Amino acid sequence: MVTYIVRRLVTAAIILLGASFLVYLLTASSGDPLADLRASSAPNKQALMDARSELLDLDTPAPLRYFKWLGGAAQCLVPFANSCDLGKNITGQPITEALGFALVQTLTLVTGATVLAILIGITLGIITALRQYSALDYGVTFMAFLFFSLPIFWVAVLLKEFGAIGFNDFLRNPEIPLPVSLAVGAIAGLLVAVAAGGDLKRRAITGGSVFAAVTLVLVYFSATLWFRNPGLGPVVIAVAGVGIAFAVTLLAAGLKNRKALQSSLIVVGIGVVAYFAVQPLLAEATALMIVLLAIGTVLIGVGVGYLMGGYDRGQSMRSAGITAFLVGGLVILDRFMQAWPTYFNNSRVRGRPIATIGAGTPNIQGDFWVLSLDTFTHLLLPTVALILVSLASYTRFTRSSMLEIMNMDYIRTARAKGLSERSVVMGHAFRNALIPIATIVAFDIGALIGGAVITETVFSVRGMGFLFLDGIMHIDPNPVMGVFLCVAMTAMVFNLIADLAYSALDPRVRIKA
Amino acid sequence: MSQPTQEDEVLAQQAAHGGTFPASAPEAKGMSQGQIVRKRFFGHTGALVGLAVFIIIFLLAFTSVGWAFIPGWWKYSHLDVSPLVNDGAPTSSLWPLAWGEHPFGQDRIGRDLFAMTMRGAQQSVIIMLIIGAIAGMIGAVVGGLAGYFRGWVEAILMRLTDIIIIIPVLLLAAVVAQMASRRDEGSWFSGFAASNGVLVLGIFLGLVSWVGLARLVRGEFLTLREREFVDAARISGASNARIIFKHILPNAVGVLIVNVTLTMSAAILLETALSYLGVGVKSPDTSLGLLISQNQEAFATRPWLFWFPGLFIVLICLSINFIGDGLRDAFDPRQKKFKARTAVETARHSSTTTALAAEAPKGS
Repeated sequence: MVTYIVRRLVTAAIILLGASFLVYLLTASSGDPLADLRASSAPNKQALMDARSELLDLDTPAPLRYFKWLGGAAQCLVPFANSCDLGKNITGQPITEALGFALVQTLTLVTGATVLAILIGITLGIITALRQYSALDYGVTFMAFLFFSLPIFWVAVLLKEFGAIGFNDFLRNPEIPLPVSLAVGAIAGLLVAVAAGGDLKRRAITGGSVFAAVTLVLVYFSATLWFRNPGLGPVVIAVAGVGIAFAVTLLAAGLKNRKALQSSLIVVGIGVVAYFAVQPLLAEATALMIVLLAIGTVLIGVGVGYLMGGYDRGQSMRSAGITAFLVGGLVILDRFMQAWPTYFNNSRVRGRPIATIGAGTPNIQGDFWVLSLDTFTHLLLPTVALILVSLASYTRFTRSSMLEIMNMDYIRTARAKGLSERSVVMGHAFRNALIPIATIVAFDIGALIGGAVITETVFSVRGMGFLFLDGIMHIDPNPVMGVFLCVAMTAMVFNLIADLAYSALDPRVRIKA
Repeated sequence: MSQPTQEDEVLAQQAAHGGTFPASAPEAKGMSQGQIVRKRFFGHTGALVGLAVFIIIFLLAFTSVGWAFIPGWWKYSHLDVSPLVNDGAPTSSLWPLAWGEHPFGQDRIGRDLFAMTMRGAQQSVIIMLIIGAIAGMIGAVVGGLAGYFRGWVEAILMRLTDIIIIIPVLLLAAVVAQMASRRDEGSWFSGFAASNGVLVLGIFLGLVSWVGLARLVRGEFLTLREREFVDAARISGASNARIIFKHILPNAVGVLIVNVTLTMSAAILLETALSYLGVGVKSPDTSLGLLISQNQEAFATRPWLFWFPGLFIVLICLSINFIGDGLRDAFDPRQKKFKARTAVETARHSSTTTALAAEAPKGS
């Protein structure tokens, strides 16, 4: 095992050396870094050109410059020496500094999108596999192909137009005309009716109730100008919490496990009480506090499950813990909604909250909630665009993996010994279907940092992609090399992790040392 | 929640697995692999629709504005500037069905968007085909050699693959673009690249897109070379070349074709993205990605400039994806052609017959 890892790392280092040499030469030979100065009519043209030649060390031939760069980069390997030198970019800023900034920007952009895409994609994949060849399956398959074929820059422009500009215009006067409410309700009802299983009567009842609920909610929103002053309130949290408790218990333990259901419901009760208790605390929130609160919430949930016990204590703890986390999320969401009017009327935002470009409103002032809302509104559109484009592969992959597993003999055995459909799907099929998914998730996380070049360009986020593209445009090898090193190293490390994870998850696969 | 449907489906699946008589009977008659694949492919509705859409787009794009030196039937080219009709709005309408002077509208200076879109679609299709051909060829050769000969050949080729796979495509495209735009130098390459930007772009992208294919082909060769028929061929004295071309390659061709198709659909998006970023096809020539990037600012005033090129990207890519999906189903020997409706009917039929059979003794 150790031999295997060491061998992989040594190979990776050699590959990295070769590839970085090529990348450096390609960037350096891709054009003339002085082109814009040559064409300029500035009187001190020659001095500017000399200065840039000096800065980029253009008098040294590119292959030699690579080894100079390598010498500086090699110092990064010395631990705690803090003498990392990746050169400077064309404006004289050290690359390490620029990289640190860009990395933060990119990670805030892609992390949420990737996590959500994985969650939604896997859920859709499982549902479509269980309902193979249903209308839902065909619909999702077609949508997956469609999203897969969408150019992200096109989606991004559409989102900007309809998601941001259209929605902001709507917020100026957030009244929904009755026909629109009815139409939205009808579409939602129709979709649910098509997606729901069962006979015609069942579908009609489900679709009809969804239609009624959605229409009523929209009419209510319109009448109370909800989009201006959104909020959930304890009642909605309680009702939604009970729904969550049932859903989580159904998936994690099965409704027959009464103790699990009871502990989830108790957690919801605690959550509603805590809603009033934590409000003053939340007024002075910081990011650290939210994280601690989240951990505390899950621990309380798990504790309740432990105390309730039952014949399967683990299941009670699991469902109560998940329920606690989700109810806690609702409370936080409500607090964000309370901060919405403040954000909306902020002098910098001026009633147009959904932003089309950038990663934050410049010079915005406010408490934790307003600042977080600002980040969210800026991240919203790129995140949606990234999710749409990357959703398809997860859905398709999970579906095929799940279908393959569902035809296995051990699934038949599980059914034959009388297990419930829930425990066959969740316990036997889903866990095994996750093995191949875990590897592509690892691959994707490795490719994450460099994967959003176009999204960053469209939404003007100054992340890794921007740095990279900017370096290419200015024939400046140093930023390109910095980005390349980060991207290539994460990709290789995560490839290794993917391989190791596969053999750890699936004991049939053994790594040969 | 939905027990009956799931049970139905399980029954349907079992019926499909147990009752493969209708599907396997014609195969037993001794069809060649090509015939089986063709039959399966043409039974795949999505793939057929995709193929039809792609052929229509192909014909439309290549006949309307003409290609190379052959003139097309459309009156404008992507460079012609004509006076604005109807302020540039599209003149085509569905009812009454009319084509009009400028069916897709005009841009700000009066160029015909239909001609530009067709030209862009041509470029995309050409780049896609070049990438597919080059990547398929190199991928097959490299993957095949590495998988068949193993040893140092494999080590070198696979390390080379590893190196190329981590070099960002964007960088290579930028290098090509820079080379192509250096027209003043007068070397044969920049001269060639200046007049055939699309060809050069396609060739270079093809030169970097083969790595994924090479890995897949190598994996396929690794399993196939251990099979008995390869041993048999080797013992009977076949040369390496004969084993590779006659025995292994025909069995690996499915993987190759399917993944070349998928590479091609990714190539379309790659080309449009590069053109959008300004390192792909450059003006005065045009491409679908370039059209979108030029016109996205005008979305509020001239939305058609944005809709039509995007629609064509999506259509081309979607049709190629569906063709690829159909090919995958057709080539995968593990998958029996599975028709949900007939399977469900068979299942119902068999359950009614068993029910009848169960009742029969009672009656008698």
